[in-house]
Amino acid sequence: MTMSTEPPALPTRRMNPWDPPAELAGFRAREPIRRLRYPDGHVGWLVTSHSLARSVLADPRFSARSELKRAPVARPGVDLFFGVPALPGWLVDMDAPEHTRIRRQLAGRFTAHRMRELKPQIEQLVEDHLAAMARSKPPIDLVEAFALPVPSLTICELLGVPYGERADFQRNSATLFRLEASVDDAAKAMEHLNGLLRGLVEHKRGRPSDDLLSMLVTDGTLSTEEIAGVGVLLLTAGHETTANSLSLGTFALLSHPDQLARLKADPSLVDNTVEELLRYLTIFHFGVPRTPVVDVEIAGQRLRAGESVTVSLPAANRDPEHFDEPDRLDLSRRTTGHLAFGYGIHQCIGQNLARIEMRIALQALFRRFPDLALAVPPTEVPVSTDMGIYGVHRLPVTW
Amino acid sequence: MRIAVDAEACVGSGLCALATPEVFDQDDTDGSVVLLAAEPPPEFFDAVRDAIESCPVKAISMAGHQE
Ligand code: HEM
Ligand code: SF4
Repeated sequence: MTMSTEPPALPTRRMNPWDPPAELAGFRAREPIRRLRYPDGHVGWLVTSHSLARSVLADPRFSARSELKRAPVARPGVDLFFGVPALPGWLVDMDAPEHTRIRRQLAGRFTAHRMRELKPQIEQLVEDHLAAMARSKPPIDLVEAFALPVPSLTICELLGVPYGERADFQRNSATLFRLEASVDDAAKAMEHLNGLLRGLVEHKRGRPSDDLLSMLVTDGTLSTEEIAGVGVLLLTAGHETTANSLSLGTFALLSHPDQLARLKADPSLVDNTVEELLRYLTIFHFGVPRTPVVDVEIAGQRLRAGESVTVSLPAANRDPEHFDEPDRLDLSRRTTGHLAFGYGIHQCIGQNLARIEMRIALQALFRRFPDLALAVPPTEVPVSTDMGIYGVHRLPVTW
Repeated sequence: MRIAVDAEACVGSGLCALATPEVFDQDDTDGSVVLLAAEPPPEFFDAVRDAIESCPVKAISMAGHQE
């Protein structure tokens, strides 16, 4: 078969801060799996429907190995991770059974009951930051005052990383997520983070305490390199994502006053509010990469082994076949089956931590500051389309 | 409603155990699902159906159920 027209690149231009690029809806309606041109000229595939997204992500013929991965948007720094073997401990870039071995080591530390036990600690953190906010003079940047420090402190505590290191690791972690970062920038950021974590692992060998890194050290199953790698992955994935969900989620609520009024009137809506914000905003805006390791036939298309596949989580989460009126933010809708945390064996290991942090943070924020409002026109909020994870760079608020 | 779980397939996402702790828990060593109530009372039927639908590896299943 010959292609009469060149396949499109992944659409990335948003018409507003909330909706994924409009072209995705057209693709999903006409060709839920279709050809996609990658920045390096490769022609692979784009998956946009909820049902196909789930089939691909659940199918072991689609590999998550980094050797085979390709970024759907220009991102020079990604050469550090893609096209090369997985970094030690980076389970997100591995298939079973290597993936299983590391996942099992970690999952016991992220169980629902452990995450529930963290509640009082997170509540205290949230209260402290809101109290400090209340003492300052508005307008302030909610990202810096609240949305970033709360998840950063939480993941530091959980891992056993001294919070004094935060300025460094926040900056280096942001470099890894920046699309423009060169391989060199990314390599330096990575080396710094690895160095920090390796040092901590060595330190904890001598005097282990109750944190996750100590537990991995004492257990002895993973090597020092693997533990340091897991540490970098959890540290970077664990604060940037939740911080962006919180700040972008707050921006969305402030911009949908009818919905925010419902939450204020009935705080028990918060659990579903978090799910709906996760679905509606889907901050993994470029989706997740997979590669078939054998030829696969799916929905009438024949994918050859090695052709890159991008599973668009934002498109899948707006699929009208799965969600009624998907483009509407509705805090009481049925959100079951949303794909903001992915699907299949790699589904986010930190999802319940993120959920609990977001529930506590959003509820407390609007209880303490019922008159919270944007301090700039919505069009002046800098959204982070220049990052691997979608969100806002700053959220100026007043009260 | 009688339910079954496949702890081997489970990847410890904790979706089921966070939503319905009366029915599902997780093992402390590897995070795998632990079934607390194989025949949960009717007030949990909807929650269990949600868990079946959302489990990322289809590790929860239902064997014969009475409405
Ligand atoms: C709202 C916040 C978050 C979102 C939207 C999110 C989203 C995701 C998604 C979509 C994946 C799947 C990637 C793939 O299939 O290729 C994933 C995996 C992962 N996430 Fe998250 N995440 C969040 C918070 C966190 C937190 C708080 C942590 C750590 C504490 C974390 C750690 C990880 C890890 C380690 C993986 C890889 C799991 C594996 O490969 O088995 N994430 N996340
Ligand atoms: S939802 Fe599925 S994968 Fe997640 S803990 Fe429950 S059984 Fe395991």
